[in-house]
Amino acid sequence: MMTVTGLTLKNPTVLAAGILGTTGASLLRVARGGAGAVVTKSIGCAPNVGHPNPSMVETECGFLNAMGLPNPGYRNYREELSVVRGGRGTGGVGGTGTAEVPVIASVFGADAREFSDVASGLSDLADAIELNLSCPHADRYGASIGIDPALVLEITSAVKDVAPVPVWVKLTPNVTDITEIGLAAEEGGADAVVAINTVRAMAIDIESGVPILGNRFGGLSGAAIKPIAVKSVYDLYGALDIPIIGVGGISCWQDAIEMILAGACAVQIGSAVHNGISVFRDVADGIAEYCHAHGCTVDELCGIAHQR
Amino acid sequence: MKPVNATIIEIRNETPSVRSFVFDVSFDFTPGQYVMVWIRGIDEIPMSLSDHNTITVQNVGDATSALFRLVIGDTVGLRGPYGNGFDLHDPVLLVAGGVGAAPLAPLAEAATGQGFDVLTLIGARTGSELLFQRRFEVAGAVRIATDDGSAGFHGLVTDLNEIADGRTSRHIYSCGPEQMMYALLQRLDEQAIERARFSLHRHIKCGLGICGACCIDPSGARACVDGPVFRGAALVDSEFGRYRRGADGVRIRL
Repeated sequence: MMTVTGLTLKNPTVLAAGILGTTGASLLRVARGGAGAVVTKSIGCAPNVGHPNPSMVETECGFLNAMGLPNPGYRNYREELSVVRGGRGTGGVGGTGTAEVPVIASVFGADAREFSDVASGLSDLADAIELNLSCPHADRYGASIGIDPALVLEITSAVKDVAPVPVWVKLTPNVTDITEIGLAAEEGGADAVVAINTVRAMAIDIESGVPILGNRFGGLSGAAIKPIAVKSVYDLYGALDIPIIGVGGISCWQDAIEMILAGACAVQIGSAVHNGISVFRDVADGIAEYCHAHGCTVDELCGIAHQR
Repeated sequence: MKPVNATIIEIRNETPSVRSFVFDVSFDFTPGQYVMVWIRGIDEIPMSLSDHNTITVQNVGDATSALFRLVIGDTVGLRGPYGNGFDLHDPVLLVAGGVGAAPLAPLAEAATGQGFDVLTLIGARTGSELLFQRRFEVAGAVRIATDDGSAGFHGLVTDLNEIADGRTSRHIYSCGPEQMMYALLQRLDEQAIERARFSLHRHIKCGLGICGACCIDPSGARACVDGPVFRGAALVDSEFGRYRRGADGVRIRL
């Protein structure tokens, strides 16, 4: 057991936003599969179908995606969150059981008003709110806001005013200095930052010359971005007082430990579900064994690379 | 994998609304598996393999219309095969509705190859839309049902005597409109449900088991990698026959 921004986690692995989070039943499955907490798909004001396919493709060094923030809008998504709480959803068949782990609602919007509307529309069903200020491939949303410290401060502060639960801010690595954005989130009252979202990238089909993703470009996840994430977390740990949740390319317990040593108090796992949902249990078990072998807790390991 | 470039080497008009596209790329596949077909600049859609180098498509939307505009020599991108496919057990009862015959035809051939006994029930709107009747006849006995009575039994394929009593000792493999498959599931007794397999159509985006767009309630199973073939027992009291989700994740009643 451990505590992150007041939430109790049975282990430090968290399902990352945008992964297996479209339905309540899917979130329940991941929670049952061993995750210490789950983050939903990013939810906005209104239903959105996202970008045309291909929206995800496997590259030689990771996954490239441009889903385009598909989501049913927060009013519809309340049904999915009610399923996570053990309900069936209006006219639905529900899921299996109830989430016994914290559920964090990822939200996005075009401005502070939209972020606040979605966050307040979901916060009674969520244990925390994660602000998606970092999606790299949706016009007017995500990273187009998340690269501007003034906007990050304004939006974080606006959501803090309406949300009675902890607020996490997910950061984009597609900036010169991520600590500048992290400090803006902290100043806005964020309870934690989450780093990093995907790294802007593209792939081109060499037979036709056509960019593969329907959106032409997108964000890279997976093993290739782990060193980028480690450096981002390391830098944020040195600059911020609030906790950092590390994400980016984690697929095994060794990756998670490295992220914790850089300064993460917990880790999120995304693309690695490709190899099986058991990745949460495997990583959590590996972290526990490492801590046992070294006679320390995750808290004590957090950020110790800064002292070596 | 990134999409592999595939050239169309043959186009067959199977019925007035269904075409097969044969590629110069072959897949080592289990019947029931699919490939993601990228029509460049338009969309990428999941399509069952009807043979090791062939997809069989009904023209139903923007992406399939774009596919129907392609000619021999044109190219698409293919990645796969993805999904679980059918696990074969003897004796076999195939229940096909419309273009749902596409993944069942290679299954019939695989079953025959293993010396299994195959009986196929084919349903279609009208006689001219019966798909792969010859391939199923080569594999074993065939019964036909059409909505308009223009061929075979006048009525639903699920009302044929072979399944109307709900008790069959055969292993059922079905693909077709969800209402048809749901009617089939409801007609089966408990033992038959245990032995039945259904291939589901859901909104598959990534095909990699990552994005979660195709998860079904209440199990949360991903149609793209845990399916598209599901055991009957896994579909009882599920969203199957009731609703599915659109590209935005909003539930759509069937």
